[in-house]
Amino acid sequence: MSSDYEYSDDENYFDDGDDMDTQEDAETFDEDEDDVMGVDFKTDDKGKRKAYELDYSSFSQSDVEDLMKKDIEYICGIFGVDSGFAALLLRHMAWNKERLVEKYMDNPDKLLVAAGVAAPETPIVPPNRLKSPTASQAGNTRRPTRTGSKLLGFGSKSSGASKSPTISPTISPTSSFSVQPKSPTSSEPFTCPICCDDVPSLKPVALDCGHAYCSNCWTDYISAKVNEEGDLIVRCMGEGCALIAPDSFVHSMLIPDPTAPIGDAEKEEANGNTWKRFQELLVRHFVSSNRDLKYCPYPGCTNTVSCPSAASKLSLTSVVPTVSCGARGIGGQMTQSQQAQGNLGLAGKEHKFCFGCPIDSDHRPVVCGVAKMWLKKCRDDSETANWIKSNTKECSNCQSTIEKNGGCNHMTCKKCKHEFCWVCMGPWSEHGTAWYSCNRYDEKGGIDARDSQSKSRASLERYLHYYNRWANHEQSAKLSLDLYAKTEKKMEDMQITSALTWIEVQFMKKAVEEVDKCRMTLKWTYAMAYYLASGNQKDLFEDNQRDLEKAVEDLSELLEQQIEPEMIPTLRQKVTDKTVYVQKRNEIVLDDTATGFIEGRWKWNVSVDGFDDPENTD
Amino acid sequence: MASISAKRLAKELKEIQTEGCPVGVNLLRADDFQTWLFSIEVMGESLYKGEVQTLQFRFDSNYPISSPAVQFLVRENEGIRAPIHPHVYSNGHICASILGTEWSPVLSVVAVCVTLQSMLASCKKKERPVDNDRYVLHAPENPKKTQFHYDDDTV
Repeated sequence: MSSDYEYSDDENYFDDGDDMDTQEDAETFDEDEDDVMGVDFKTDDKGKRKAYELDYSSFSQSDVEDLMKKDIEYICGIFGVDSGFAALLLRHMAWNKERLVEKYMDNPDKLLVAAGVAAPETPIVPPNRLKSPTASQAGNTRRPTRTGSKLLGFGSKSSGASKSPTISPTISPTSSFSVQPKSPTSSEPFTCPICCDDVPSLKPVALDCGHAYCSNCWTDYISAKVNEEGDLIVRCMGEGCALIAPDSFVHSMLIPDPTAPIGDAEKEEANGNTWKRFQELLVRHFVSSNRDLKYCPYPGCTNTVSCPSAASKLSLTSVVPTVSCGARGIGGQMTQSQQAQGNLGLAGKEHKFCFGCPIDSDHRPVVCGVAKMWLKKCRDDSETANWIKSNTKECSNCQSTIEKNGGCNHMTCKKCKHEFCWVCMGPWSEHGTAWYSCNRYDEKGGIDARDSQSKSRASLERYLHYYNRWANHEQSAKLSLDLYAKTEKKMEDMQITSALTWIEVQFMKKAVEEVDKCRMTLKWTYAMAYYLASGNQKDLFEDNQRDLEKAVEDLSELLEQQIEPEMIPTLRQKVTDKTVYVQKRNEIVLDDTATGFIEGRWKWNVSVDGFDDPENTD
Repeated sequence: MASISAKRLAKELKEIQTEGCPVGVNLLRADDFQTWLFSIEVMGESLYKGEVQTLQFRFDSNYPISSPAVQFLVRENEGIRAPIHPHVYSNGHICASILGTEWSPVLSVVAVCVTLQSMLASCKKKERPVDNDRYVLHAPENPKKTQFHYDDDTV
């Protein structure tokens, strides 16, 4: 089910620019991560996954509904029940088919009651108000036990034990609810116990329990449940009644029979939306019950990604499960033709997210655990660290952090009673009689004190070093929206001032996208480097990081350049070459880190969940 | 929607007027379909013997699909206080599941009154909820905005 552009065929655009003029080329142009590699990379691309990629597939909402249907049919086949009941049973067991079958064989009645499919054997006496003839009649003819015994019969039949051959195996295709037209024999007209309406046209509607209410109240109740509470479990409105309305019932209350429309267009639309929302809730429930599935976190997107290889917690220490749901743009509404138009910027961005953690972006190359730790540290510490750095000094004797909030330069440490000068940090005793004006910067005592101070600041400085670079790339990525806009403008200019066609200026767009992607990688390499234990591995990692960073900055600079018509062919060549190079460097970083995780090569300087504890490497 | 709640409340009001309230419950005010007041008193032997409480109902246009906002009326300056009960906060808010998750549209105002009356009647020790002070300090004006955690169904 993978979306069509993930694995499209390899084509080489940058080496032979002359071929880039067919429409098909344009459509696959920017979609493929692999297709623009240099010739030397092309050979080992085919059929072989890179270490940092993993198998996943994306589903649309209707695909997931098909999956649900398959499970439901499976249960229908085993238990011989109505699909609405099968769905309720599965939902009750969080879509765990094996457990459901097991529990059902164990004690079907108990399970049916717990799942809200059947009422308990001792039926709840309906409240007094429900004594209208229609309601009590419904109660008699629709005793829940009947349903229960029918289910039981088929359950045992399919399991091979022929315990109850007396029960006829014909499955009546009864819907699991009853819309009872008002009985003509009843002398008393139906009055809905909720809205107290008693117009003759009012139809009492009830689940198997027989608690009858008018269809308007049902509709309002379902709408309130679905829209306000976001709940897909719609219980019978009767007090203490635990029956749950099956999907077909919800549908019939929200979407009226085409032969008898409600006539109110506004209401019909609202109900239609409620039904859509209800279906979405069903899919979400299914997805959240299945470890192999995850819902796309992008706003308005209803796609689902399946990635079994990243479903276990253990696997997250060796892979970074970056996936894409296959949709692009806000709400995933972009059509293929729009994509082919080559829209840049946010509107056309791929929905990339991490399958393993709640970070809604691609945090390769660093694994989820470390990425989370880093984000937390940034949230907690970066402001504090900056403030400490600019507002405090440490006592040169005991290293306590001190903020000077007034008074003279003669400091006495609260903790160790050490007396020192705030200006030169030297001991106060050396200041002799030159009270309160320190001009003794070069004295040995002062230098020593400042040395020890800078040592104690080292860890803070180290953190800020990584943090600032991280934040810098994040900032640049934000600015990339501007860059997208500017590049689009430049591409237009180029088409006007030179003989290049639309297709031929796409190299600019490709370059901007590549820069954006690489900045994302770079950003996270700083998070990774901060936690890497020092050693040869870290040096190698930082070499790769440095090469990528250099290449990205070079390419960025080229993109920012003013365009002169006569320079365009050279610029095109340069940008194209650089893009390929940057891509290669990015691949090296990702590939090397990913391989490292699989080989267990990376050692951290703190303890990380799922990894060995750090050795002492100070 | 407004008409449904009005119709239903009109019906309930008529029932109260013709059939009367249960013992110990009296309608104090029902001038409109927004706010009703009842007095409730626990009959027979109980910790609340001789105490008369005022119960306030507020209805929104979604009643009876959505539950009414029910609380004991508190007017410190007039000497009206909430009963001391482990499920009643000193601001009058009540932690009772039928006012929240267990609400069912078939319940009525009278049914709520009776339930709360029996909640008081079955109380064994007069005390405030353990987290009373903390809750009252930050409580929203409307008790329906609070997510109560129903942990004890003995009283």
